[in-house]
Amino acid sequence: MGDADVRVLSLKNPPSAVGFAAAVGQKEYEGPLGSEFDLHDETGTFGMDTWEKSESEMQRLALNLALSRGKCDPASLEAVFAGDLMNQCTSSAYGLLGFGKPYFGLYGACSTFAEASMLASAMISAGYFQKAAAVSSSHFCSAERQFRFPLEYGGQRAPTAQWTATAAGALILCKEGKGPYITEVMPGVIVDKGINDINNMGAAMAPAAIDSLCTYFTETGKKPDDFDLILTGDLGLEGHAITLTLMKNQGFDMTRVYNDCGLLLYGKESQDVHCGGSGCGCSASVICGHILKGMASGKWKNVLYLATGALMSPNSLKQGAAIPGIAHLVHFSMDRSGENSDA
Amino acid sequence: MNMDNNTYRKFVKARAPKSPLAKDCFHAFLVGGLICAFAQALLEGFLTLEMTEENAKTLVPVTLIFLAALCTGLGVFDDIAKFAGAGTLVPITGFANAVASPAIDDKSEGLVMGVGAQMFTIAGPVIVYGILTSVLYGFCYWIWGMLM
Repeated sequence: MGDADVRVLSLKNPPSAVGFAAAVGQKEYEGPLGSEFDLHDETGTFGMDTWEKSESEMQRLALNLALSRGKCDPASLEAVFAGDLMNQCTSSAYGLLGFGKPYFGLYGACSTFAEASMLASAMISAGYFQKAAAVSSSHFCSAERQFRFPLEYGGQRAPTAQWTATAAGALILCKEGKGPYITEVMPGVIVDKGINDINNMGAAMAPAAIDSLCTYFTETGKKPDDFDLILTGDLGLEGHAITLTLMKNQGFDMTRVYNDCGLLLYGKESQDVHCGGSGCGCSASVICGHILKGMASGKWKNVLYLATGALMSPNSLKQGAAIPGIAHLVHFSMDRSGENSDA
Repeated sequence: MNMDNNTYRKFVKARAPKSPLAKDCFHAFLVGGLICAFAQALLEGFLTLEMTEENAKTLVPVTLIFLAALCTGLGVFDDIAKFAGAGTLVPITGFANAVASPAIDDKSEGLVMGVGAQMFTIAGPVIVYGILTSVLYGFCYWIWGMLM
């Protein structure tokens, strides 16, 4: 600790995931993981009259479900770390208003869920909280309005474009529990490789993922095959392929264990999402709806999760600025010591 | 990552899948052509109603704008446009959709700051530079007339 050259934080008291849940829209429900999500709304409105309120409601429902799945008394929650894609993180602010809990509003674009999990687990490990939640969401309709075009605008999407997921994930972390545990975290650095194409976010974010992965493997001495699964947030088809290729060039072959939440969430051919899913809710829902459940049931023991975020704004794009990326890393393990011996 | 920005950009560009240009052009030609043929049929139809040619020629774009806005409201325009591309964008239908679609979306922010302020976010530049170009053209035309 305290060494500026060391980025991997090995948690002294790894917190356990005790409750996790995901709420999604209809398209996500129709995807390959549909049956694993805890709740879906076929209209995508979640009973609200604006898309922004729908996203807030989806986030509120996800946290409520995670609390009930983990048999946690809402009153025992000491803090919520949350974020979304909306300006000033309003989906989280309005969605979590009713819980009346200390709130850390985060913006890490699509990396928010890893950032929230990382901060919540570090605070628990350090002994400041016994129980905290990490929550994030994105909604296709609210994100399109803010970042792209009106919903009914008639245009064609580029082949490299990704689809913003209508999804929210909530994770309750506790000082004690049966696992999965968060044993290591590593905050990402901002990486800019000069990509300014909003329709190829995978390519813009992949260098950040590669930087985080290489740093992690170099610092810990671990190898990709020490993990059952290495999962990036939402690099999609392009970013996934770029990461796999360039990691191989750096001497890290991840072919056997590497996947991406943006690829898992949708059926690529049948659902017309081009390069896959994106948005804060994409990896949040895949982790909370699919991965943690799989780990708890013994399917995987060690999962390295890196959520990637593209840190641009509509105005920075109009000004021609390149899209900076970031990738926060979270190591989920069924073994509290975080050893990968039986992976 | 030991790759400089230029090399990385080239690497990304080379591997990114391209839009199917020939297919897109064919779809645009087909749908754009159908819209034009339909507009011509409308004109012929209006003329049979003993309408003056000037009125009939005004009513054709008005009808197309109405139909495009209606299709936008019914949620089918974007589905057609996904197939047609420039086929629906280039005719006046694209302009109608560009005005109607933000109007639908932004009603949640109210009639003034929502619909009123946001309605022309996409079509606005077309109007501004369209008018500017026509003023420049008119000026050149006027000068040309003085010289001749």
